[in-house]
Amino acid sequence: MRSNITQYELVAPKSLDAILQILADSPDRYTPIAGGTELMVALGAGRLQQKKLISLWNLGELRFFEVTPDAVHIGAGATFTDIRNHPVITSELSLLSQAASWTGSIANQNRGTLGGNIVNGSPAADSPPALLAYDATVTLVSTRGSRTIPYRSFHLSYKKTVLAPDELLHSITLPRNLIGYKTYIRKVGTRNAQAISKVAIAAIARTKHGAIESIRIGAASLRETPARLIATEQSLLNQTVTPATIAAARSALLSETLPIDDIRSTAKYRAAVAANLLEEFLHTL
Amino acid sequence: MTQIHFTVNGESKALEAPPMKRLLDVLREDLHLTGAKEGCGEGECGSCSVLMNGDLVNSCLVPILQAEGAQITTIEGVAITEQLHPIQQCFLENGGAQCGICTPGMILATHHLLKKYKDPSLLQIQEGLSGNLCRCTGYIRIFNAVQAAALAGVAE
Ligand SMILES: Cc1cc2nc3c(=O)[nH]c(=O)nc-3n(C[C@H](O)[C@H](O)[C@H](O)COP(=O)(O)OP(=O)(O)OC[C@H]3O[C@@H](n4cnc5c(N)ncnc54)[C@H](O)[C@@H]3O)c2cc1C
Ligand code: FES
Ligand code: FES
Repeated sequence: MRSNITQYELVAPKSLDAILQILADSPDRYTPIAGGTELMVALGAGRLQQKKLISLWNLGELRFFEVTPDAVHIGAGATFTDIRNHPVITSELSLLSQAASWTGSIANQNRGTLGGNIVNGSPAADSPPALLAYDATVTLVSTRGSRTIPYRSFHLSYKKTVLAPDELLHSITLPRNLIGYKTYIRKVGTRNAQAISKVAIAAIARTKHGAIESIRIGAASLRETPARLIATEQSLLNQTVTPATIAAARSALLSETLPIDDIRSTAKYRAAVAANLLEEFLHTL
Repeated sequence: MTQIHFTVNGESKALEAPPMKRLLDVLREDLHLTGAKEGCGEGECGSCSVLMNGDLVNSCLVPILQAEGAQITTIEGVAITEQLHPIQQCFLENGGAQCGICTPGMILATHHLLKKYKDPSLLQIQEGLSGNLCRCTGYIRIFNAVQAAALAGVAE
């Protein structure tokens, strides 16, 4: 059933301060809308509960990149197209530009934002595995100030995050200088471009004298939120890649994931594919 | 209701609309530009594609307030004179359109693609049109039409 459009309010203040003030002051809660590629789908289907919305689209203070010697800061309002066009991301942090390249169609990438992908909180979203592998931090802002936390502690449970009602995701920070790291990302779905993943893995690792000295693995659709696979990482640290370590890593992965059955796939299939993806990566080290 | 000012196919427009009304509905209902079609209403099919400030977007997912001040191009604005635009001519000549429901979106997606890549590979064409579904042609004739348009050098 189509929504009654006149019931919805949308405001578009011109500055971040003005938006934060409204979020802080308004007794009825405003919901941010950036590229709208999640919320407008809900509107079209008649299931957008939130009646008061506040636009973040194309706000310069949220749509930016800042490159320092140590890090790349990405404004939450950057679109997937912006990310694919950024020279430092495509050359040094290519897991993220790869993920952006298969986040829906070109039209979707021209509107969908990194912030929207993260805050929406889908366990199947495409950018989180890359952000987890890079150990991103996220900066949240409100009229009360700003705070920066590791992205891995942003999602609390299914579609629940640490964001307070008056807070916005401001930016995402990825550390640079990943010299000597091997990287891996793969999305398994019915097709890459326009389909939600059944399972996806992004990982980076560095070896020294054949042993894994550093490894981080991010996964989609293996738990109720995007997930770092800490136990799997632990099982691999200081190990050389042998059939025995691969077997141990596969069982660590199965022990720490809890995939679900849904219309896109079965839990059993997801777990088996995730373990195969991990093994594919380990063979490249 | 909110006052909206924007430019559609080079003409400036001012109108009143509920701010969450979809750009697609404003184009079709308020401006009587029915070239953009509603297929799915959820970003999957691309039959509602338009250019917003030169970027391909699905107009079913754009609340009109977010188009405030924007330059919109719909299929009606692609041919500037009575003559078809060369991309349209290439679709016609290559059998790239059958029932025509997907065609406005396909042509705008092609427009956007050829602005980025003057000589796109088949893979780039497939990616550029991946958000535009066609129930009739089987896509091969559409890809041929895009290649013909690229050969004709119609990026402008
Ligand atoms: C056809 C189609 C295909 C898609 N394919 C994929 C895919 O392959 N992979 C994938 O991961 N996703 C996909 N998506 C989902 C969607 O495009 C992405 O999740 C996108 O990143 C959402 O960003 P947005 O700005 O459009 O979000 P919006 O709809 O504007 O917002 C989404 C949520 O985030 C909140 N929000 C947005 N920005 C902020 C902020 N800065 N601070 C606080 N809250 C914020 C909003 O309140 C809302 O709850 C697809 C969507 C469609 C329609
Ligand atoms: S109607 Fe907009 S994408 Fe299908
Ligand atoms: S020509 Fe009929 S849907 Fe494409």
